[in-house]
Amino acid sequence: MSDAPRIIRLRKPTRSSVALNLTLAFLVGTTVAGFFLLDTKGVDVGSASLKLWTDLANMFTHPSAQHFGFGEALWALLVTVCLGALTTVIGAAFAIIVGPFAAKNLSPAPVVAILKGFTALIRAIPTVLWVLIFAIGAGLGSVAAVVGMTFHSFSYLLKAYSEAFEEIDGDVIEALKASGANWCQIVCQAVIPSSMSSLVSWTFMRFEINFTNAVAMGAAAGAGGIGFDLFMASGFYFNIGEVGYITWLIMIVAIALEVGATRLQRSQHVER
Amino acid sequence: MSRDSAVRDMFRRRNLVAAASLALVAALTLGSSALTQFDWPACLTSVPKAFAWMAANFVPNARALRNAPNVAQKLAETVLVSIMATMLAAVAAFAVAILGSRTTRLHPAISILARLLASLCRNIPVVAWAMILLLSFGQNVLTGLLALFIGTLGYLTRAFTEVVDEAAKSPVEALTASGATWLQTVAQGVIPSILPQTASWMLYMVETNIRDATLVGILTGTGVGFLFDLYYKSMNYPSAALVVLGIILLVVTIETASNALRRVIL
Repeated sequence: MSDAPRIIRLRKPTRSSVALNLTLAFLVGTTVAGFFLLDTKGVDVGSASLKLWTDLANMFTHPSAQHFGFGEALWALLVTVCLGALTTVIGAAFAIIVGPFAAKNLSPAPVVAILKGFTALIRAIPTVLWVLIFAIGAGLGSVAAVVGMTFHSFSYLLKAYSEAFEEIDGDVIEALKASGANWCQIVCQAVIPSSMSSLVSWTFMRFEINFTNAVAMGAAAGAGGIGFDLFMASGFYFNIGEVGYITWLIMIVAIALEVGATRLQRSQHVER
Repeated sequence: MSRDSAVRDMFRRRNLVAAASLALVAALTLGSSALTQFDWPACLTSVPKAFAWMAANFVPNARALRNAPNVAQKLAETVLVSIMATMLAAVAAFAVAILGSRTTRLHPAISILARLLASLCRNIPVVAWAMILLLSFGQNVLTGLLALFIGTLGYLTRAFTEVVDEAAKSPVEALTASGATWLQTVAQGVIPSILPQTASWMLYMVETNIRDATLVGILTGTGVGFLFDLYYKSMNYPSAALVVLGIILLVVTIETASNALRRVIL
């Protein structure tokens, strides 16, 4: 036996580890290349970072509003929350109707494939583009915003709902079929009730996203609400105090929604 | 009580709950539509009208195709920004998640600080970050990159923390028991065991960021969002449609590729 140390290979390359390494190498390589490829002329990173730091300190410690009062700000915030709620409800209503047709265990494969492809296409177009496109047909305002945002809500919830339906035990469906229940009875009396907590949790999570989206559509697509005030404060008045004021309000709602969503998720895990 | 009436009782209670929930949802819907001045009839008529308009006008034509190189260049920039934001945020999120997770934290105070930072990044929407950064970084590609970076950092930290909590518990216990230092535990136990799942999250965030980059671009005047806004506001709809078509192609391609990769990695 020789004294030369023998190298023991601890990790054998497998198909998945090779794919993982290649993926990471590609992403890291692109990131490094990006530093050389991106055109960052016209910005002095040092002084901009310094200004960002003082801006952040100012907006969090000295929020102030010149162009609206507290009541008006709360009203705008409420409008944004309602915009989010409305889109969630409409999206959920459509998704619960179409959902069973997009679940593998309840519908024929071609129907499922068509629906899944269709929703993937909807999701490929960013929400803001949907809203702006609809704004030409419906005019700027809540109609275009709600319709445009509903497209994404619907496709997101359809995916979530159909996956929740697919988790239901095949034996249960088999047993109901054997006892003479028709498709409609199986869906309405067994599938939807038993996946209810999961549906509620997904819907609330979508509400959380839709609130953020409603802020964004107010800023970028003229949907009104607090997002529009944010856009004006930063893009027109260059008023960091006002940006801070609005950011605080948005953040408080976002945190409350996140806590709610997490609670719902946890209670659902306990039930299981 | 007979069995029959017990069953009837159960169904009655179930119907009552269903009716109450429906009433609540209806009230929420009516209240919200009144508050936002949402016009239901206009909504119903506008959807077919919008699609008819899209089919007639929102189609790239020969003149729009001359803008194709321009669109392709902005799309490439968007991909670059999305990947950079994701990867830079992923590196930072690794650190924040490992310091913040209950299984791997160094000190409870650092853990709370890490969670607070992640919550701040996440709960201020990307739009708000973009508007904040606009004041210091101006109309620049860096503004979008930083806004996406901050948002991604918040989101990935939450995801990575969950992964660390779930996947790293037994390797951490085993390595700590065998006398490994914290650094050794993290480098040899935690990171290898969470890498596949975190890579899957990174792929997901690249996808999400490409969509968000459009939004941020409209607000900060950069990238493909700016190009869309330019064509849209000058009513050059065929060219705007070309941008949308490019985005669809890009997102579907990336989604397909990352789904295929995910299947091999996980």
